[in-house]
Order: sequence, then C-alpha cells, then structure tokens
Amino acid sequence: MVAIEIRDLVVKRGGRTVVEVPQFAVEAGRVTGLMGSSGSGKTTLMRAIVGVQRIEGGAADVLGQPAGTASLRRRIGYMTQAPSVYGDLTVRENLGFFAAVLGIPSARIDAVLEAVRVPDRRRQLVRDLSGGERTRVSLAAVLLGRPELLILDEPTVGLDPLLRVELWRLFGQLAAAGTTLLISSHSLEEARHCDELVLLREGRILVSDSPEGLRERTRLDDLEDAFVAIITEREGVPA
Amino acid sequence: MSAGVTFAIARRVLAQLRHDPRTLALLILVPALLMTLLRFLFDARPASFDAVGAPLLGLFPLISMFLVTSITVLRERTTGTLERLLTMPLAKLDLLAGYGLEFALMATLQAFAVSAVSFGLLGLDTAGSAWLVGALAVANAILGMALGLFVSAFAATEFQAVQFLPAFLLPQLLLCGLFVPREQMADILGAVADGLPLTYAYDALDRVAADGALGGGGALDVAVILATTALALGLGAATLRRQTA
Repeated sequence: MVAIEIRDLVVKRGGRTVVEVPQFAVEAGRVTGLMGSSGSGKTTLMRAIVGVQRIEGGAADVLGQPAGTASLRRRIGYMTQAPSVYGDLTVRENLGFFAAVLGIPSARIDAVLEAVRVPDRRRQLVRDLSGGERTRVSLAAVLLGRPELLILDEPTVGLDPLLRVELWRLFGQLAAAGTTLLISSHSLEEARHCDELVLLREGRILVSDSPEGLRERTRLDDLEDAFVAIITEREGVPA
Repeated sequence: MSAGVTFAIARRVLAQLRHDPRTLALLILVPALLMTLLRFLFDARPASFDAVGAPLLGLFPLISMFLVTSITVLRERTTGTLERLLTMPLAKLDLLAGYGLEFALMATLQAFAVSAVSFGLLGLDTAGSAWLVGALAVANAILGMALGLFVSAFAATEFQAVQFLPAFLLPQLLLCGLFVPREQMADILGAVADGLPLTYAYDALDRVAADGALGGGGALDVAVILATTALALGLGAATLRRQTA
C-alpha cells in the first residue's frame, strides 16, 4: 500500500526551482529515509507532503487524500527541524497543551515521554533543556496522537550515538505496528536504519531504493560509499 | 471550532505568563503606579486629575495588551509553534478565541488593580460609575489585543514589534483628544482622528468621566470599538496562513 504519492511536484522560491520531483511514492508501514545534504530540499519536500508548502505545480496525495486536506491533520504527525515547543513552559505543560489540542487524555503523556527517553524534570522549563532534549520533547508531541504517518525532519541530529540508536529502534517498532515514517537526515551513516532510501540532491531525487538494492547496484557494502558512487556516476564528477 | 481547544490555548498562555512573574507584576502594577504618579503630578489641580485620569486608566490596558499580544504571537510565528499548531486539528478561530479569552482575563485583572488604586486610594472622581470605566478598559484591552495580533504579521523581529507601539499607537494617543480637544487641532488632524480607533476608545471613557453616562454618542463609540476589534481579528486570522512559501 502506498502512503504518499507525488506526481510532477514543483516548488519554486524566489523564481528558482528548489524541488522538482516527477514521481515519488512512500510505502505504508515502512521507514523511509530522506537523505541529502542541507539545502538539498528535504524540508521543502516534507512541507509539501504535510501541505504547508505553497507549490508551483503537481500534486501530492497523502493517505489517499490531497496534501493539506483538513481531515489529514489528525492522521499526520509533522515534526519540524527546529524544536517547535514552548521554551517558557515545562515538558509536561507543553505535552499537556498539545494533548488538549488533540483532545486526548493526558495519561498518554507518560507513554510518549518514556518512548523518547526524556526525563520528567517537574519544574524545569524547556528552554533550559539541552538541544537534544528539546528535540525529543518536540518528537514526543508528535507521537501523542498516534498518527498513521510520521514526517520527521532531522529527529536525530545532535544526539549522542546511544540515544540515536534507541530512537531508530523506536521508529522501527512504530513501523512494525503499522505506522509509516518518512525521516530526513543529512547524515548518510543513518541510512542503514531505514527500509527504503531516497537520496535528494539539489531538489531532485537521485536514487530511490532499499539499502540492499543500493549495495547490489553499486557492489559496495558501505552505504555512504554507495551514495558517493551513484552521485559520481550521475554527475560525472570524480569522488 | 471547539471549546476544549480554545480553553487549552488560553490556559497555555496563562501558564506562560505564570512562569514569567516579572512580566505579570509589570502588567498589573505599572498602570497603578503611573496613575499614582499622575495624581501627584496634578497635586494642585484635582479637577485635571479627574479629567485625564479616567481616560488614561481605560487606555493603559489597550497599550499593554497590544504589546503583549504582538510579542506573544510573533514568538509563536518565529519559533515554529504556530506552524505546528496549524498542522494540527485546530481552527484558527480557536487560536484567536483562546488568545482573546486569556488576554481579556489579564485585562480584567489589570483594570481591576488600576481602578481599585485610582478610585480607592487616589481619590479619582468621575461622574459615571467606576464599573463602567472598568468595563470600557476591558473592551479596550481586547481591541489592543486584536490590533497587536494583526500588526504582529508585519514584524519579523521583536525589535520591530516593539517599534509598532510608537509607530502605530502613539500617534493615535496624541490625536484622540486626550492632550488637545479635537476641535482645536488643525482641521486635517481632526479629520484623521475621526478615522482612528483610539479616538472612540477615548471618547467613550471621556463621556463616562465627564457626563456620567455613555448616551447615544457613547453607544456609537462602543460599537466602533467592537467593530474595529472584529475587523482586526478577521484581518489577523487572514495572516495566520496554513500554507507558506
């Protein structure tokens, strides 16, 4: 089953084409990694899928409906790259607020805090947490409503390796339970955690394949090497 | 629109203010302190204190709510929380109503404190009832909130948002008739003043202070205040875009 389907998507900013994707699909119940350096258009593509990006042309269908449809707001969880939580509230107040907006009982807060491994320091304000902790509070807020589709923009950036592995394990568990995840990362070493990989470069999809497929295609074991090989092959520039 | 979401927004803004006791104290105490200053400024002219005091009392909440709202909403826009909220199942009206509810509550507290000090301790004397002055102060505060929400769309930084106070409110305060009766201004300024919302906010307060009742003209003033509030909220809602470039 296909959770996201994109056709002829074009996004322009200041007259310049920043994303151009003729065809792209994300399978439901899988972890799809959106890889690419910063500025490659990952965030713009994600915003177009969530329906908050003004687009020039084409269409994105999400869970069977056009991106941006009001009824999708309950079914999609979008985590922006900057932790969009209230710095002048505590962790629990933040999550309590988002739970109230979603209309779900506050009992769910403990479960999501546990899932993202944020210690519940009762009186500490979110602005006094570390950057990584803030990111995880933001992630917890997205998980509150158990959305069918998670769009996570660089959720593991700046985290220590152990935490990063734990979060990828969480993403895997969510996918096993039927959630579809589209996760961006600029760090190619994270590619190995994904079921499907999409490499974005200058707003265009360079390759879209599974990790095994990429290894086979390039006869390289290391995914980072495989990516470099593909970029070199397409663009004719020696690595 | 849902009452639960509206209350959640109002409760959240209140919680944010509770974590910032200094702002809360400034909001509640500064108007009362300024009124005290005014009282002793006009020490030898109690009649002037009565004439200026009531309108000022009713305009303070407008100014502070304008500032607080424009900064709060600007922060919501720049930190990405607005974008997150707009991707959630929430009506823009919930957001506006939630803000309105919370800032109306703050304005009521503020108006209550400044009224208690002015009428109780400083001997402010108006022809009309102190409650009516207080009620107008709350209505003005909500107008200030609506204007603040609207102008926050035109500010990219907090520096700019703060500058909207002297740029947007101060001219209205000068022209509203508080300093110079509007009939004595250059004709063109009098005409401009007729088109500014603060003029009507001042007028209603002046009527209560001097005549003791709103009367027909005062009803028109209140209608203009309410209509401007609705217009500013409508325009403000239009600036909360779900889709951006």
